Amino acid sequence: MNERVKKLRQRSLASRPSISAERARLLTEFYKAEEGKHSVPMMRALSFKYLCEHKTVFIGKGELIVGERGPEPLAVPTFPELTCHSPEDLEILDTRPKTSYSVSADVINTYRDEIVPFWQGRSLRDLIFPQLPRQWHDAYSAGVFTEFMEQRAPGHTVADGKIYRKGLLDLQQEIDEATSALDFAIDPGTPARREQLQAMRVAAEATMIFARRHSEKARELAAVETDQARRAELEHICEVCARVPAHAPRTFQEALQSYWLHHLGVVTELNGWDSFNPGHLDHHLEPFYTKELADGSLDRESARELLQCFWVKFNNHPAPPKVGVTAQESGTYTDFSNINLGGLKPDGTDAVNEVSYLLLEVIDEMHILQPSNNIQISRENPDRFLKAAARVIRQGYGFPSVFNADAIVEELLRQGKTVEDAREGGASGCVEAGAFGKEAYILTGYFNLVKILELALNDGFDPRTKRQLGPHSGDPREFETFDEVMTAWRAQLTHFIDIKIRGNAVFESMYAEHAPAPYLSLLIDDCIAKGRDYNAGGARYNTSYIQGVGTGTLTDSLSAIKHLVFEKQALTMDDLLNALGNDFAETEILRQMALNKIPRYGNDDDMADELMIECFDAFFNEVDGRPNGRGGAYHINMLPTTCHVYFGTVIGATPDGRRAGTPLSEGISPVQGADRKGPTAVMNSAAKMDHLKTGGTLLNVKFTPQVLAGQKGIDAMAGLVRGYFRQDAHHVQFNVVRADTLREAQNDPEGHRHLIVRVAGYSDYFCDLSRELQDEIIARTAHGEI
Amino acid sequence: MNSAVVFNIQRFSVHDGPGIRTTVFLKGCPLNCPWCHNPESRSGRPEIAIKADRCLGCELCAPACPQGIAGPVNPLTNTNRPDSTCIHCGACVDVCPSGARDLLGETMGVDRLLAEIERDRTYHEESGGGVTFSGGEPIANGNAPFLLECLQECGKRGIHRSVDTCGHVTTDTLLAVAERADLLLYDLKIMDDARHRLVVGVGNERIHNNLKILADRGHEVWIRVPLIPGLTDDVENLTAVAEFAAGLARPFPIHLLPYHAIGGDKYGRLGLTYQLGDLAPADPVLVNEQADKMRAFGLEVHIGG
Repeated sequence: MNERVKKLRQRSLASRPSISAERARLLTEFYKAEEGKHSVPMMRALSFKYLCEHKTVFIGKGELIVGERGPEPLAVPTFPELTCHSPEDLEILDTRPKTSYSVSADVINTYRDEIVPFWQGRSLRDLIFPQLPRQWHDAYSAGVFTEFMEQRAPGHTVADGKIYRKGLLDLQQEIDEATSALDFAIDPGTPARREQLQAMRVAAEATMIFARRHSEKARELAAVETDQARRAELEHICEVCARVPAHAPRTFQEALQSYWLHHLGVVTELNGWDSFNPGHLDHHLEPFYTKELADGSLDRESARELLQCFWVKFNNHPAPPKVGVTAQESGTYTDFSNINLGGLKPDGTDAVNEVSYLLLEVIDEMHILQPSNNIQISRENPDRFLKAAARVIRQGYGFPSVFNADAIVEELLRQGKTVEDAREGGASGCVEAGAFGKEAYILTGYFNLVKILELALNDGFDPRTKRQLGPHSGDPREFETFDEVMTAWRAQLTHFIDIKIRGNAVFESMYAEHAPAPYLSLLIDDCIAKGRDYNAGGARYNTSYIQGVGTGTLTDSLSAIKHLVFEKQALTMDDLLNALGNDFAETEILRQMALNKIPRYGNDDDMADELMIECFDAFFNEVDGRPNGRGGAYHINMLPTTCHVYFGTVIGATPDGRRAGTPLSEGISPVQGADRKGPTAVMNSAAKMDHLKTGGTLLNVKFTPQVLAGQKGIDAMAGLVRGYFRQDAHHVQFNVVRADTLREAQNDPEGHRHLIVRVAGYSDYFCDLSRELQDEIIARTAHGEI
Repeated sequence: MNSAVVFNIQRFSVHDGPGIRTTVFLKGCPLNCPWCHNPESRSGRPEIAIKADRCLGCELCAPACPQGIAGPVNPLTNTNRPDSTCIHCGACVDVCPSGARDLLGETMGVDRLLAEIERDRTYHEESGGGVTFSGGEPIANGNAPFLLECLQECGKRGIHRSVDTCGHVTTDTLLAVAERADLLLYDLKIMDDARHRLVVGVGNERIHNNLKILADRGHEVWIRVPLIPGLTDDVENLTAVAEFAAGLARPFPIHLLPYHAIGGDKYGRLGLTYQLGDLAPADPVLVNEQADKMRAFGLEVHIGG
């Protein structure tokens, strides 16, 4: 890492995230002046243009890739049109112990005086919540599920290679062609389509204006720059930003700058989940890299430097602030832009190239939180690539995570994508499979599979909120067979999935109607061709997901009931329910039996794993294939972000011996400490789930460093990955850290500020995690620890 | 069908041969090495191990025991352990809620063992691994017929086979095993016969002869040398190992296995005393020097399994 990158990196690491009211203020100004004069799509596009014309342009010292979402690095804008934070919310953001954002008195005053008075009752959240039925609110506050779109817009999408072949001017041309092809005579939707296309046209204009302003700013800075070398750099930035993204990029630097300006457009327009994502960056950059290396205009070191400058830009963008349940389900600064390396080309051949290896070196050197990154491993990819990545993973930053590119292709094919679109897809966010550049795959919320069991064990009554929350599914004390337990669980599942999907329909239609995203729509096929917005089904594929949480805890709890109550008859259902009600007070023997004497998920024990399969199938059958409101279908995936901690807080003690309020198992990993037969047994248990029926599963495996020492350790990690993936598994990620180190970090956070660990689909600073989550990670079984 | 007493099946084992392996530990050993990591391997019979710190004092084991000897174990004194009248029926283990009691050693037939080995086939194949039979001593103490049948069956199924042996076995049996195995892991501990006899209980003449024969017959062997400070890691001993290995008909690679005290607490669980309790782990710098000295004999020397 050279001096420039060191300084940029250090500045990004040292600053504290802060809230900027600039966007909220500009947007409010615009809405006050223009409301009622334009259609909704045009209002969105024109307000986006107003932002691009007026927001601060920042070019930092030494930067080669330029542009910030806020007025400076780590200054985070807000989106009052979706959720209007109250001054109290802002104070909480400033003072809360974890993932805090500094909020100045000015920001709070601006909010109190200008933002709140205008947006209160007008923000999308304020419009949606009253429309949701009582049952939805009850289930939501009981913690049966979460809702992704109550503070952030849909998004969950990734760029494909189009933006490296076409500039915004080319896209405007496509818009004009699509507009002139509209025919009022045959399509009654024509006026709406034309309005949508015009909004996209304006949105394209807006980002070109924003780019031009960077070009001008660079020129101004160059004029007063005394250092000759820096002046030349600024002059070059001036040229680059004058060209892209209006035109297609010609060089490596133009390609990176072009992506970054598109990225800024998407994250300024709305605060969509997972920000935005360059996807297969190594595929996209390879032609520029090869061409410039050949003609001598670029060398490997300058390419590395540009990539590292690019990396810092992502780290400068903490996630927009989240509060309430949304903060609990996703308690992190990470904004989930997740860069894919390796995998397949659309023609099905090995996509690993020299840029893939260069990017692994960048990841290794930078070891910063953002962007997330992963390797896509297909049977087509060489072991050399997998092992080069394993060497980075062994460093213990939790990066990169590892995906099965062949499984992702099959998952997407099963959902009806073409094989080329599937191969051009990959993983984004935490672990979500998608057809890059062509799909809106919206995560709608986490679903608490263990809470469903708690309700089934209480005849639909929620012991925490003291409500009859679900249907009467029978008093379990009367159950004579284990099957009756499963039937009751299924009855509760059906009931609450239905409530969740009905609620989703409200969010979906309200976003389609009130929050179109014309800029994002430009970048995702076939929004232009259809003349339809991304949020209204404009993408080629429109998928909705519900994410199941608590597989391990659920499986072990059912196993405990099955084996202790019905098979061994070591206790009665009444004994068990009383013990749960008392959080195992006075019944430690019973709790120990549940912990030690039943088949548990994660040990390659079919007796436990068959219960997992049964629950998975039930969840799949309940959700998969249901139509959504955007012309697509529902599917499931199995990941938690940090929601397994929140979901644990709303559930009392569980039959697997888990105490009330403590975290659930995460992803499809076993209950923390329940796996005792090593990583291959964990992987075999997890692989019994039919991953190809999901859009993503998440498995965490923790190792102590000495297990992965030497070439043998690298070979072993590669063998584990290949062995797991041969069973059609979707994803695995590794934490390589000693529990002792983590305990030291709890006692001395200052001395361990930069310790990064894998959480669930993303990495985070250990010291930024809640104490519960820290303890949860320590409790995960470390393979190799004696 | 043959059977044997298996006390552990260690999956994802990466130090007992190439790749990811499933290591099968059989009970019973003719040697008595004081550094042994697996004290439960010495006796050929099942044993009850007790993790005294996990005992809840619930007394569920007492009524379950047909011999009337099971009961809570004092975690401080580690007393009230099963005595010689224990018949290792495992009834106390079944009822123990906390997992404080373990039955070490289970009689297994070839089919059941193979099914366990097959569970990790994908990892074996993807990593160039397979199965390793270890112990105890898999070739002696009545284990040989079972081992031979397992090797034959693994061979049919295309599973790579290693056998970890101390070499103190009859030559005919050893050769029969070698014919059916892809690799032998062969220990050389102490080269001086008298000291060998003193420390591990038997002389080393047979061990050396057997290794020469394996070399003459062209079998694949990795020589493994445990580096136990003060017992095996002196210059004379390691030089003698190197000279011996260099004089064999085939240049077998040598794997130096530095000492670490991970086996120590297992002794307590069996009511045994670990004689090397205070021994510090091998010094990595010293281990590297030792490896270099052996390489000077033209040998391929690795550190670790």
